[in-house]
Amino acid sequence: MTISVYVPLVVTVVLAVLAPRTVRQRAPRPAAWFLACAAVVTVTGWLGSLALLAFTGFAQIPEVAEEGHWSVAALRTHDPVFLSVASVSALALVAGLMSLGVAAVRQVRHLVWARRECGRVPGDTELAVLDDDVPQAFALPGAPGRIVVSRGMLRCLGDAEREALLAHERAHLRGRHHLFQTVWRLTAAVNPLLRPLAEAGGFALERWADEEAADRVGSRTVVARAVGRAALASAAVTRPAALAATGGAVPQRVQALLSPPPPRRSLPFVAGALLLTLCCLSLANAASDSESLVDTAERAQCTTDAGATGTAGAGCPLHEPAPCCDHHGADDH
Amino acid sequence: MKQVGDRRSGDGGGVTGRRARGELESGVLAALWAAKEPLTARQVLERLPGDLAYTTVLTILSRLYDKGMLVRHSVGRGNAYAPVRDEATETAVRMHSLLERGSDREAVLSRFVSELSREDEQLLHRLLGEQDTGRDDGQ
Repeated sequence: MTISVYVPLVVTVVLAVLAPRTVRQRAPRPAAWFLACAAVVTVTGWLGSLALLAFTGFAQIPEVAEEGHWSVAALRTHDPVFLSVASVSALALVAGLMSLGVAAVRQVRHLVWARRECGRVPGDTELAVLDDDVPQAFALPGAPGRIVVSRGMLRCLGDAEREALLAHERAHLRGRHHLFQTVWRLTAAVNPLLRPLAEAGGFALERWADEEAADRVGSRTVVARAVGRAALASAAVTRPAALAATGGAVPQRVQALLSPPPPRRSLPFVAGALLLTLCCLSLANAASDSESLVDTAERAQCTTDAGATGTAGAGCPLHEPAPCCDHHGADDH
Repeated sequence: MKQVGDRRSGDGGGVTGRRARGELESGVLAALWAAKEPLTARQVLERLPGDLAYTTVLTILSRLYDKGMLVRHSVGRGNAYAPVRDEATETAVRMHSLLERGSDREAVLSRFVSELSREDEQLLHRLLGEQDTGRDDGQ
């Protein structure tokens, strides 16, 4: 337990650092799936480890031990967790869960809003056009989702590019990409270390939709031009005050589309999957260790109690020779 | 204007009829909105990718017209169609105010393009410029 409880935390950090970089050049669809799985597994590992650390730490407080009827000495010798570590873990756990709650409420509210808006957009066609010169295009998730595009956007694209835009947004809706986004947003709320993972995920979704659109219109260049033109047209109208200097998502997408398709290499994904498996196994191991540790400590306490009172009536159910401790009555002094 | 090399003929066989029809409606609607004046069925056909039948386009146009999404003008012996703008304007106002406010509701929208910095813009011009000079079919 001493080591295995920390493994999920280490795996989280390793994946948070390595996964976004490794995944960027890969085929986007498996990349998105991997990032979503990674986010869920590492967050589970993260919360589980923190809970175990907090629990074993606090179990060593004499008052707590007395309440739970286990031996502090037995716990300490088997599994030393410093109280400071336990406190930090507990704080991180509580903060993570609270932030998860807030993020979940907000996300659900947004999704409900989007769904309602889908119904309010006039017409029953898949495409809803906004009579607006500002270039806009987005997919509004719902049942069914709608593609919302402004007149300004349609006018700045050529015939094939227009089809590419529609195919791109359609890919978002069909792939239920908003659910991926939800997973990343919630996991990043629990553990801010996962924010790069969420960002890489968002990029992977755009690339996924780009590649699917390229498949649909039969040309990656057309999609590249559609993305590029749309971005330039939007930039001409609105320019936000503060933005990262360079290397934004759009030029990278265009560059990726103008280069040959990404190779379908599975090695990085296999490595990632192994890491995730390791994370799950260590958490399971740590949990079972901690359970048996508490058992041992309870039994140790029992033996001590039985020794102290010297009665044969108070014993432990799990110990063959000594009859068991009934915590409620027999061991009263 | 046509990019002959980039066309893929026909629709994928796996696409169900209803879904394919929905996609065609979107394509036709997008073509009409992109045009500055009303288009005849023949003109719409020219603007759509794939090898569509003329009658298919006619069917879709009349269906959209029945739904009240298009207006029809007589041109010579045939009809030209243009999109109805009232409702779209209303929706545009609502969406615009939403996007202007920078509300975090945007979080659930998958936007086609994110914003560009000035350096990104130059990079993009270069990427697309190279692309354009490399193309032989011209635009």
